[in-house]
Amino acid sequence: MSRIEARFKTLSAANRAALIPYIMTGDPSPDETVAVMHGLVAGGADMIELGMPFSDPVADGSIIQAAGERALAAGQRLKHSLAAVRAFRETDQDTPVIFMGYLNPVEIMGTEAFVQSAAEAGVDGLLLVDSPPEESAELAPAVREAGMDMIFLVAPTTSEVRRRRIAELGSGFVYYVSLKGVTGAGGLDVDAVAESLAGLRQHTQLPLGVGFGIRDADSAAAVGRVADAVIVGSALVEHLHAAAGQGEEPARAARQFIEPLREALDGARSGGNAKDVALS
Amino acid sequence: MSAKAKNLSELPPNGYRQLPDARGHFGIFGGSFVSETLMGPVEELRQAYESARQDPAFQREIARELGHFVGRPTPLYPADRLSEWAGGARIWLKREDLCHTGAHKVNNTVGQAILARRMGKPRVIAETGAGQHGVASATVAARLGLECVVYMGAEDMRRQEANVFRMRLLGAKVVPVESGSRTLKDALNEAMRDWVANVDDTFYIIGTVAGPHPYPMMVRDFQSVIGEEAREQMQADAGVLPDAVVACVGGGSNAIGIFHPFLDDDQVALHGVEAAGDGVETGRHAAPLSAGRPGVLHGNRTYLMTDEDGLIIHTHSISAGLDYPGVGPEHAWLKDVGRAEYGHVTDREALDAFHRLSRTEGIMPALESAHAVAHAIKLARRLGKGKHVLVNLSGRGDKDMHTVAAEEGVSL
Repeated sequence: MSRIEARFKTLSAANRAALIPYIMTGDPSPDETVAVMHGLVAGGADMIELGMPFSDPVADGSIIQAAGERALAAGQRLKHSLAAVRAFRETDQDTPVIFMGYLNPVEIMGTEAFVQSAAEAGVDGLLLVDSPPEESAELAPAVREAGMDMIFLVAPTTSEVRRRRIAELGSGFVYYVSLKGVTGAGGLDVDAVAESLAGLRQHTQLPLGVGFGIRDADSAAAVGRVADAVIVGSALVEHLHAAAGQGEEPARAARQFIEPLREALDGARSGGNAKDVALS
Repeated sequence: MSAKAKNLSELPPNGYRQLPDARGHFGIFGGSFVSETLMGPVEELRQAYESARQDPAFQREIARELGHFVGRPTPLYPADRLSEWAGGARIWLKREDLCHTGAHKVNNTVGQAILARRMGKPRVIAETGAGQHGVASATVAARLGLECVVYMGAEDMRRQEANVFRMRLLGAKVVPVESGSRTLKDALNEAMRDWVANVDDTFYIIGTVAGPHPYPMMVRDFQSVIGEEAREQMQADAGVLPDAVVACVGGGSNAIGIFHPFLDDDQVALHGVEAAGDGVETGRHAAPLSAGRPGVLHGNRTYLMTDEDGLIIHTHSISAGLDYPGVGPEHAWLKDVGRAEYGHVTDREALDAFHRLSRTEGIMPALESAHAVAHAIKLARRLGKGKHVLVNLSGRGDKDMHTVAAEEGVSL
């Protein structure tokens, strides 16, 4: 059982939704990434998504794009992101870590070399936003063979046929993009998300995570009532950047950002509002 | 060699013009590497284009627009004073510079804008580098009454003020892009973000033979009119097919447009010319086929300018239209199977050819096209008398007055 699968099993048994923060590796500073990861766990994160900075992040909005540019300017590269996970694993063997980014750095490192290094470093899942299932026929099996999960996105524009195919090919969890747009966009419609998730559950036993558009405790709680995992990215990245600008310690800022979300998320489930959701 | 042999064995039995496959692959190149939100719209576009290309009414409308609006067919011109000066093969110019808006770009925007209207999309978006594709998009949008938004790098907007003004005069909204290197690739990134957010009412007019399937195929189809005309004109005027066809390659739309109808004519050599900038050996260039390697960017797998960490490298060329780190996937495939050869020409050589053509023929080429002319001169000398070299003169040089003046210390 992969670390991601195990974590979801534990959470499901406790009727809790997973809280998955996303940070850009190397921002606000390459030296702080590992400390920020530990801070997120201390604040209540169940898994961590690590953004791999890329020069041309077409699926990201301005906040994550800017964070990526800062990270690259500070020298952060794929090999350093792998090293960060290795360092994190020295004291945390339980929290799943998911790499999120773009295909080109992986291809240039060499798919085989990357998969091997990632597995050895302690990466648990891979999500490449510009590598849809149709183009992942070689990568996905290689990732799974190495004991990691290949996570795919489902969007509001994804057809029924493809939703089924994605559910079959992916593992770990299905990442539902809650709105049309790039990361950090507004306009989250929780009812529409709930309806889509209900449809998705007919195709898959995998846990369903929801990302894009979750900014604070309220939106996390709303989504946490209907999803198995809540992913928060741009709002956290922005918070860490602003905190660093004011000289705050990044790990502490990370923890303080996560704590209220954790509380709201757990409150939403225990408040009895989970009845309209089939949490299989 | 082994990589080449492997790809050769994948050659379709019916020649070079059968690709891409159903998923948009040219060998290992091409494909649809886009975020999940765009997979639906890309598939919708593929189906719409598939049905349109088989619809005689759609083809007739394009033919009518190309005739009455663009001004096709464009002439085939024997550049005899240039040929004489070069002292070798006879050089022929396919005069795409005489298209409405001054370059071949409009052949494609006419096709895509008609398709947008057919799909019921009232809003079109485009990316632009030098502004030629942006102007061609704004022009056709005005002609068809579509809303038009053009993304342009802030740096390019500064360098191409006149084209920005032209687009605005045509009713388009020009949005400056401040991210990354603030040039063409960043404009492309931003246009894709717009498309993701507005897929319901928006059609993305990509300006070159790159992007996710079906763009490389669709843009090639729209641009193939160049080669179809030229192939007939060469036979009519020269009495033979050319020995070589030469075109500049940035994304590669004018090159694939003139190459494609000749792909199965084995006796016709095909030469693509990349921008060597300060020289390929300096690293300051835009020649992914000459000095790059396969990777994935902007929706397709192709040759790219990428560093050892997989980041896209900043490119350099005097010609904004060639200043792009990738290249259309069909060119990548044609290179690997050996059907086309790709060379490169420096800024300096292109400038020399710009002057030479202006003074020998009274034709001022775009700096992009000047790369092709420079290469054709070398090739004409190598081939010698009695041979024929066909050059795609893809655009006119009016837009480059400021660049050339600045290069020579003249202030306008």
